[in-house]
Amino acid sequence: MLINHLGRPATQLSDTTTNSSSTTSTEKNNILKRFIAKSNKYLIASTLSALAPMASAVDFDITIDNITRGLYFTPIAVVAHAANVNLFVSGVSASTELQTMAKTGEIEDLARVLTSSGATMDNNPAAGLLAPGAAATSTLDTINATANTKLSIVAMVLPSNDGFVGLNAVDIPTEPGTYTFYANAYDAGTEANDELRGGGGLNTPGFPVPGPLNPVLGTGGAGVTNTIEGFVHIHRGNLGDTNTAGGISDINSAVQRWLNPVARITVTVR
Amino acid sequence: MKILLKLSLPTILASLLVACGGSSNLATSFTQQTAVSYRVTLTNTTAAQPFSPAAIVLHDGSWSTFNLGDPASTELEMLAESGDNSALLAAAENMAGVFNAASGTGDIGPGESESIEVEVTESQTAILSLSLVSMLVNTNDAIAALNRIDISALNPNESMRVNALSYDTGTEANTETAATMPGPAAAGGAQEGFNAARDDVRDSVFVHAGVVTATDGLTTSALSSIHRWDHPAIQIRVERLN
Repeated sequence: MLINHLGRPATQLSDTTTNSSSTTSTEKNNILKRFIAKSNKYLIASTLSALAPMASAVDFDITIDNITRGLYFTPIAVVAHAANVNLFVSGVSASTELQTMAKTGEIEDLARVLTSSGATMDNNPAAGLLAPGAAATSTLDTINATANTKLSIVAMVLPSNDGFVGLNAVDIPTEPGTYTFYANAYDAGTEANDELRGGGGLNTPGFPVPGPLNPVLGTGGAGVTNTIEGFVHIHRGNLGDTNTAGGISDINSAVQRWLNPVARITVTVR
Repeated sequence: MKILLKLSLPTILASLLVACGGSSNLATSFTQQTAVSYRVTLTNTTAAQPFSPAAIVLHDGSWSTFNLGDPASTELEMLAESGDNSALLAAAENMAGVFNAASGTGDIGPGESESIEVEVTESQTAILSLSLVSMLVNTNDAIAALNRIDISALNPNESMRVNALSYDTGTEANTETAATMPGPAAAGGAQEGFNAARDDVRDSVFVHAGVVTATDGLTTSALSSIHRWDHPAIQIRVERLN
């Protein structure tokens, strides 16, 4: 992503929004500005948007690639929303709707709240789980919702107690072209990361275990921790273990650990 | 030099022959007028993962070393499992869209840096991308890589910094055993490099999840906690020298 939620430059500058059809001098100048601004993108972006009013409507595709070794994404919320809307804020406790998404994988409550705020959505592009290595595409059109200039994407990651992949309110590009963002996994901070199988309900411990995960997880773990963190933060990752019938965790440390980022988001503006 | 001649020799020869009446110094004149040098400096930011000699490729926007989510080429598999970049560089140099390629001179140890210079022609700078690959040798098949980074906006004497993610090429199971990793952490084992069998969780390139290590309970691992790392594994500075 261009800027992560903390306002720091992204880990990989190749994450920098790059217009794949950059042949005109104007576009080259824009790219140059990005290089010049690379240590201070946040400020430059604000300045540019203040000088030039945002173009109104955007018709665009959003492809989400699961780039992890062994994590599944539950139904994905793909949301264009206004600048005064946030699905989550790092360091702050999660909303009930975000908590539900991160603990159960269900996005209906989140979608209901976002709809009432005027958001544009094309949810659940994978029609269920998005497997490691797989991709899914949503299409959004903000022609009738010109205030929706920000893109956010969230989905629970499994196996985890309340981990989720999050792209947090990035500016939706307005010039035709292809743009790449990378998204990190966050911890919603609403459940202890005991790393144990569970029912997956909002108030039940443990994480849900849909079909594809059942054979690749262990059983009988003692539990990693009882501490609930209380605020949204970058996920520390799974600990896991190598014991499939006991140990501390039901998660396999050789398959279901990760290092951020966990998703590549490709935005294609028509 | 080889690349410069391959791409433009007929045109250049024709114009210079007219202008100079058949000078014996054609190639030199040509180079002085049109070669543009880039210096790529790699810094190993890991605690205990030496990097294999880097493969650096300058190319247009159409070429890439790999596509995230797709199977790795055999040449990339060789680099990622053994640290040998020769097959990848040889293949790249013969591909359409590749302007020039270069190899680092040796391993880059933890905390160490290496600078590698590569030339292209002036006209190629307008559509120029950089790709770079190097193996983390105390792993089964981990690479740090830049994949098709657009550097066409760099003017003479400008530079940019880029951080590289590390990837699992998905070609070899992450056993972390001394029998299967070529690096110094596996000293005393068979330290196998390239093996054509593909036996990881899936045959595609994905973002690396890191190593587990024996310290953290993977009893067959030849690694300890010091061999763990996080992104970025390499920091890169790209300078356009002229």
